[in-house]
Amino acid sequence: MSIKGLDSILREHPFVAGLDDDSLAFIAGCARNVVFDADARVFSEGGDADHFYLIREGGVALEMFVPGRGEITFLTLGAGDILGSSWLVPPYRWTFDARAVVRTRALAFDAACLRGKCEEDARLGYDMMKRFVPVLAQRLQAARLQLADLYGAPAG
Amino acid sequence: MVPRPADSAAPEGASTDPWVPRVLAVAGARDETVGVRTLTIDPAAVDGGAGIAPGQFAMLYVFGVGEVPISFSGTPDDGPAVAHTVREVGPVTRALCALEAGERIGWRGPFGRGWPLAEAEGGDLALIAGGIGLAPLRPALRAVKARRDRFGRVALLYGARGPGDMLFLPELRAACADADIQLLLAADHAEPGWTGEVGVVPAFLPRLKLDPARTRAFVCGPEAMMRYTVLGLGDLGVGADRIFVSMERNMKCAVGLCGRCQFGGDFVCRDGPVFPFADIAARFAVRER
Repeated sequence: MSIKGLDSILREHPFVAGLDDDSLAFIAGCARNVVFDADARVFSEGGDADHFYLIREGGVALEMFVPGRGEITFLTLGAGDILGSSWLVPPYRWTFDARAVVRTRALAFDAACLRGKCEEDARLGYDMMKRFVPVLAQRLQAARLQLADLYGAPAG
Repeated sequence: MVPRPADSAAPEGASTDPWVPRVLAVAGARDETVGVRTLTIDPAAVDGGAGIAPGQFAMLYVFGVGEVPISFSGTPDDGPAVAHTVREVGPVTRALCALEAGERIGWRGPFGRGWPLAEAEGGDLALIAGGIGLAPLRPALRAVKARRDRFGRVALLYGARGPGDMLFLPELRAACADADIQLLLAADHAEPGWTGEVGVVPAFLPRLKLDPARTRAFVCGPEAMMRYTVLGLGDLGVGADRIFVSMERNMKCAVGLCGRCQFGGDFVCRDGPVFPFADIAARFAVRER
């Protein structure tokens, strides 16, 4: 039985598609495999955003607690998605809860480690930004569509 | 003068003139969600449903109120009845949603071009619906299920405002489980307990387990939802000539004469409602209020 190295596991994730081998090995040094059981809390609103995650299998619900209504899910993520962007933005604090909805495997990146490597290697840092910004833009667009209430009754 | 059933020139259930409504009794009426009701019609009242294809529509007439185009949500080929699923948005649809079994309506149809199911055979197929847009895709889903071996991988991505607004959920889950069809249910907003996805339809397109190069996509929903869905499908590599959208316009005559549903050089009633996106891409970007 062969055991996959972290580099090859990381290589399977669409987030790093096209990343050169050296850069991939460089950031893999900040990563580790993690598993969350169904219903396990990945992180909580207000906590230190000291990691971000590349989801390999399973699913994660992003939630906000609303008094009187409980935990409201506003987005679900699955295999191939990125979980967490607060590690990029000071003061590095989670702004929502994340909960595994099924048993979920992910790669967890130490945020301080990755930020340090991006500072150390500006080319890598720019590459990382080019990978994160489209995801953030897509999520912003999705949030706009949710706000637009497309399925509401048309006028008249 | 408003025609009443007794005044109609067409005898019960019979009319070959597309201008003259058949007068027929609603066989069954069932609430689906708040403000959405399915009316069923005995196929015998409409020539056994001859010529009705998934994606087409009929004109439903409530006497003394008015007439509206409503897609087929069931055909005799895929179920025991002809079905129309109606959402209350105006006076006529409100009147349709108030009907009970046994009450009479006027009915003209079937009209328009439906989903190109035969063309889609041999490849992968994505059925993508938003809100009430599931209704015209339901006969397509049933047709695919009945001829499942003729298609490659098939997926249904269905989005709605909330879980309580989703139509035909038990049927969708059973059909997709029975026929090896990937089912993705996406609610824009969800309360605790919802086990499907949360987010907008375009966000889940990358989760479709299909080969974009051999996929055809049938899309029906609010126009803004379709706009972003088509963009997302293009980003995945599904060509515009393999994306089909069902357009909604205010149809009146339903036979391509009056021009009320004119859409560029086409009449939606006659040339649609289902169009290859490649044929209407330029018009799709025109802002109509």
